[in-house]
Amino acid sequence: MTEPILSIRNLTVDIPTRHGLFQPVRNVSYDIHPGEIRGVVGESGAGKSMTGNAVIGLLDPPARIATGEVILHGRRIDQLDAEEKRRIRGKEIGMIFQDPLTSLNPLFTIGEQLVETIQLHLGLSATEAKARAIDLLDRVAIPNPSERFNQYPHQFSGGMRQRVVIALALCSEPSVIVADEPTTALDVSIQAQVLDLIKDLARERQVGVILITHDMGVIADTTDQVTVMYNGEVVESGTTEQILGAPTHEYTRSLIAAVPRPTLKVKRFPLIGYGGRATEFKIADLARNWSKPAPSKSGQLVEVEGLTKRFLERGALLPSMRRYFTAVDDVSFDIRDGEVFGLVGESGSGKSTVARMIATLYPVDGGHIRFDGDDITTMDAAALTAYRRQIQMIFQDPFSSLNPRMKVGDIVAEPLRHHDLLPAPDIGERVRELLDRVGLSADAWRKYPHEFSGGQRQRISIARALATQPRFLICDEPTSALDVSIQAQILNILKDLQEHLGLTMLFISHDLPVVRQMCDRVGVMRQGKLVEVQETDALFAAPQHPYTQELLGLMPKLDKLSDEGLATEAAGV
Amino acid sequence: MTDAPLPDNRPTERVPSAWSRAWDSDLGYAFRHSPVAMVSAIAAVTLILAAIFAPLIAPTNPFDPASLDLMNGFTPPMQPNAFTSESFLMGTDDQGRDVFSTILFGMRISLFVGFAAVLFAMVLGIILGLISGYFGGWTETIIMRAADVQLTFPSILVAMLIFGIAKGVTPVEYRDQMAIWVLILAIGLSDWVQFARVVRGATLVEKSKDYVAAARLIGRRPFSIMIRHILPNVLSPVLVIATISLALAIIAEATLSFLGVGAPPTQPSLGTLIRIGQGFLFSGEWWILFFPACTLLILALSVNLLGDWLRDALNPRLK
Repeated sequence: MTEPILSIRNLTVDIPTRHGLFQPVRNVSYDIHPGEIRGVVGESGAGKSMTGNAVIGLLDPPARIATGEVILHGRRIDQLDAEEKRRIRGKEIGMIFQDPLTSLNPLFTIGEQLVETIQLHLGLSATEAKARAIDLLDRVAIPNPSERFNQYPHQFSGGMRQRVVIALALCSEPSVIVADEPTTALDVSIQAQVLDLIKDLARERQVGVILITHDMGVIADTTDQVTVMYNGEVVESGTTEQILGAPTHEYTRSLIAAVPRPTLKVKRFPLIGYGGRATEFKIADLARNWSKPAPSKSGQLVEVEGLTKRFLERGALLPSMRRYFTAVDDVSFDIRDGEVFGLVGESGSGKSTVARMIATLYPVDGGHIRFDGDDITTMDAAALTAYRRQIQMIFQDPFSSLNPRMKVGDIVAEPLRHHDLLPAPDIGERVRELLDRVGLSADAWRKYPHEFSGGQRQRISIARALATQPRFLICDEPTSALDVSIQAQILNILKDLQEHLGLTMLFISHDLPVVRQMCDRVGVMRQGKLVEVQETDALFAAPQHPYTQELLGLMPKLDKLSDEGLATEAAGV
Repeated sequence: MTDAPLPDNRPTERVPSAWSRAWDSDLGYAFRHSPVAMVSAIAAVTLILAAIFAPLIAPTNPFDPASLDLMNGFTPPMQPNAFTSESFLMGTDDQGRDVFSTILFGMRISLFVGFAAVLFAMVLGIILGLISGYFGGWTETIIMRAADVQLTFPSILVAMLIFGIAKGVTPVEYRDQMAIWVLILAIGLSDWVQFARVVRGATLVEKSKDYVAAARLIGRRPFSIMIRHILPNVLSPVLVIATISLALAIIAEATLSFLGVGAPPTQPSLGTLIRIGQGFLFSGEWWILFFPACTLLILALSVNLLGDWLRDALNPRLK
């Protein structure tokens, strides 16, 4: 084995707060060798980004390195002063951040930003720097680099922007690159391009890469070595095959078990028990008080026909001058009684817009939505109120879907009070029952949302959605903001809702393995159009439309992952 | 329901009082560690309490002609009068009124006008800001363009204009009684714009959050969403502006009164006192101007510093 380029030895980061000392990173050690990609994986708050920031000297005060060493090419860099660290940063250690939108200055052309960085680090003349910049753009596979050189960041797509950020990181031929969630904000197709580029860099230029991510798929696809972090500490380190295939630590085992697989459908997700975080919830108990609705007249609870939505792109006084953007274009599908219907697609494909039209949050510009035979686009106010009582929605971001100034009890009680479903004295008891059934503590109702974690908030959202005893639940990316262990929990609750309460669901996600686990039938959307609707098993086994085939092809391969502890429902595809 | 009621009476940790919770909160912590905030809070609270309890503190009642002795006129501070050998902390004015007492009573008028004007501007601004932010479209265009137009005039000019019109339509016999309320209206109307702008901006942000969508999905009406859901979430920037506006409103009132278009001489505010005092400045009776002016300075400065600190404390990113 060659000498490591970068070594982290027993690194501990302190943040003094007025409530005492907080150590987000404790005793972390790992090495990066030339040409090696080290994945650092863990859930949010595990300290993986904090370690990365400590290495490149970008800790925000009052956070500071308390003990430990960072050694670059045999030289300690953690004790250098700010000026020397600044010189190393960018020159010897390149950085790629999560959001390509904010990593580039929108007021300068791509070329100006590259040339500035190149001149700063390498001291080349303007013409030499420009030649080098164009060469770099070419290397990160930007088409027509000499033309693109003079364009602004907004003229690039998300994936190309992230590739420009990589070009910026490569300006000064760094020997190490720290990539902090480089593909989290990107669609799968773009993610694949960016990861391929990072792999090529490591192989061809012998760059060492620290790849920080929460995504097991990215780890399995890209890395050579993996370090698993939990709660500020390294729990396990080793080669990717070893960690994913035969994990030894209990946390790693349960983390891997909680990752949804594209190939096998599980009945329930195993929950992460490590650290005493498993939560009991008793959806089945709710069924006792649940008046099961009569089956719909036709067997189709929701029928969507020719649904169209246009958004005003440029306003004008004269109607003929206005320009529209068609977000949803002539979409038709049915959702049967009691089934989970999935809608998948990349960002901007219109899947959330469809959901919001069904939820009456957006007016419909064309087509019909029928709920149990009644057209909601032509309903009067009274009928709409009755309709709204039967549908509910669970939103993507649990941090914005609960009013921060309302107590949890009032949040869950609001639908009950508004629809006048229970006499006032019974509301409190009903609210506490709902919160208890989704696994929250008995005094949760008198706290405010900020006292709860993301997963707990999402469960509060579910309790609110269940308050009116709806027939139809719309889940708009309900787990994409959550860690994989919390995702498993929420998906289990949703499965229970379908099984015990007979709820019909529209499940929207960009995550194909999750859709595979949850849905009976799936519709694939692309640029506002529904390109394919299939039974889930059939879709994954034999996709018909070329776009579906492409999407499935880009899905991360998780066959390196150990299958230990998975209760499978059916054999894989 | 077959379940027994959930046991809610089990022992919980002692609930701390509202005061100790506020003292221990992040805001309380920031307050305890800011000497500027502490000093200005003490100054502002002392002045406000002095104004509230003026009738108890003031040695004389400056509005009771019976208690005035013209012989006491122009007594310098802390010196016995040549005729009556009475001594006054801050001296007396031309009519023998104790300056200290007039300041205490004048501050009452200034603070009352200031608080009432800010309250009026705040309510008006919040309502218009919420409506324009939530509904958008033509409503927003009209309200916000009106706000823009008003911003192009200096607010003191707007206040004088409103004051002049209001005075013109009030019958003569009610003018003195109405003067204070007209003053409040004038300052309030010249000050609503910044409330409306801030509330509109914050409303636009809150409106796009999912909890508003959730409330709409439940079937809540727009006004109930605005009041119950959005309003509580846009209040913290409003609080900051209200504090800073209070200082500005006190100064605006003083300016109007100084120009002679504000509080009538029968109900002198700090501005009226300064106007009276400046007539004697060059004849050597400096204290008649000096003490009311200092009081106004300390009051406005302490409230303003408090507002500045509050803005920084509520928005850590500004530091």
